[in-house]
Amino acid sequence: MAAPVSLLVEFGGGAELLFDGIKKHQVTLPCQQEPWDIRNLLKWIKQNLLKERPELFIQGDTVRPGILVLINDADWELMGELDYKLQDQDNVVFISTLHGG
Amino acid sequence: MALSEAARLRAEVGRQEQELRVLRERLARVEAEESGPGLEAELPPLPARAALSAAEIARYSRQLVLPQLGVRGQLRLASCSVLVVGCGGLGCPLAQYLAAAGVGRLGLLDHDVVETSNLQRQVLHDEAAWGTPKAFSAAAAVRRLNSAVQCVPYPAALGPATALQLVRQYDVVADCSDNVPTRYLVSDACVLAGKPLVSASALRLEGQLVVYNHNGGPCYRCLFPTPPPPETVTNCADGGVLGVVPGILGCLQALEVLKIAAGIGSCFSQCMLVFDALEGQFRNIKLRPKKRDCAVCGDHPTITALQDYEAFCGSSATDNCRTLSLLPSDDRISVEEYKKLLNEQAPHVLIDVRPQVEVEICCLAHALHVPLSKLEEKNEECLETLGKIICEGKQRANGTAAFPVYVICKLGNDSQKAVQILQALSVKEFGSLVVKDIRGGLMAWATKIDPTFPQY
Ligand SMILES: [Zn+2]
Repeated sequence: MAAPVSLLVEFGGGAELLFDGIKKHQVTLPCQQEPWDIRNLLKWIKQNLLKERPELFIQGDTVRPGILVLINDADWELMGELDYKLQDQDNVVFISTLHGG
Repeated sequence: MALSEAARLRAEVGRQEQELRVLRERLARVEAEESGPGLEAELPPLPARAALSAAEIARYSRQLVLPQLGVRGQLRLASCSVLVVGCGGLGCPLAQYLAAAGVGRLGLLDHDVVETSNLQRQVLHDEAAWGTPKAFSAAAAVRRLNSAVQCVPYPAALGPATALQLVRQYDVVADCSDNVPTRYLVSDACVLAGKPLVSASALRLEGQLVVYNHNGGPCYRCLFPTPPPPETVTNCADGGVLGVVPGILGCLQALEVLKIAAGIGSCFSQCMLVFDALEGQFRNIKLRPKKRDCAVCGDHPTITALQDYEAFCGSSATDNCRTLSLLPSDDRISVEEYKKLLNEQAPHVLIDVRPQVEVEICCLAHALHVPLSKLEEKNEECLETLGKIICEGKQRANGTAAFPVYVICKLGNDSQKAVQILQALSVKEFGSLVVKDIRGGLMAWATKIDPTFPQY
């Protein structure tokens, strides 16, 4: 059994508008058989935080194009993307890229 | 006495306005002559500089004494050319600081003309520049600031046919554009031409900055191989932007351009700066390295020439407002038709589905306000109020067959979404209704029916 994992999940660049405009979410993921990874976190977010229009955030089992995922201030590409095993107190940020000028 | 003074002033205003009109026409002609070489023309290379003049030493003394820049860095700035793609909220402060610092040549590209709603953030343009191409207005302001800088205005849109040839003529490129297709176009052109790209963007109260294709770092496509779905992209007109936010990002962008031009190098290769103005927070994010499988900068590139970026992104590079067409034309009426209904005092309910913050800017007094977000979530309180008002309307109309409900928003996109929701609800919740939207929304009302209605 994996212990519960506490995370600071943040949304920015407009992605927070899908979460009632709230940018910072302190969340605790419950105990489960498997260790928590980003793939599971996305499912959890979809079920617990994301109220409407999930397609603007998630496509298939990953984030939609144009959203950058950061794990402890690093591009998730450097951390194993969906397979990254979440550690207690991790900071996960979802940033929608901006195009305005 | 007072009256004749007013009349005298009115006449004077009229005379000066006429004079201004003549001057503006003359200016447009002169500008057309000065308009420079066009996108395709070859510019002569900037000469390498061996020494600074006494005037240059006096002018740049405060930065010459910085050991990180020094005379050597200043000489490099003087022989450096920078292409500024977009003379808006980012491009204005960027061009201003680059010119002030003594960059040799500035290419200033923008296809738009100066509008009133630009002035809140696009600080090189002033009230007198209204209607002037932004490239000319920016060039004129930059020349006033530093006549030694060569300004090359390009009052045109950047497209795949001309971008590569243009980018090849500059040493550094700054992406200050406002749309997705242009961002991919500029990045691909920079990769193909081997130029560093200093890219910034801003919206609402946030900004982002990355330097691409520099010191072996990633390109825009390495980070974003697939463009975002068009419906997820928000522009400044829809999302809003506080002017100082692109101002801050444009200044940071100018800083990175200057560091690259002076040979210091940028620290934002493979690194993104994220600015949150509300939290007062800057965040530095370590990005992925250049991707070996990148379609344009990877080991086996599949993109070796510029493409059709509007098709690739599913959106336009020049038309900022998307117009949706979700409803059959029978379910829509024009502002003229709606005005006629009002004149005839035809019984109906008008629903304004804009967000609260926009209703506070301006509204039609008789409209019932129900934000689209509340309809989308089927907010019970809102539906109840709506049901009550429709019921009252029906009673007043003495139960005519199907009661008409019209929906309005700013431009006529959200109103169509709301009509679809209401049509799906109507029979169950409200009985027999005819729900239609008003084409073009309140902005069409302002241009076609009531010129005193504010436009935003
Ligand atoms: Zn690349």
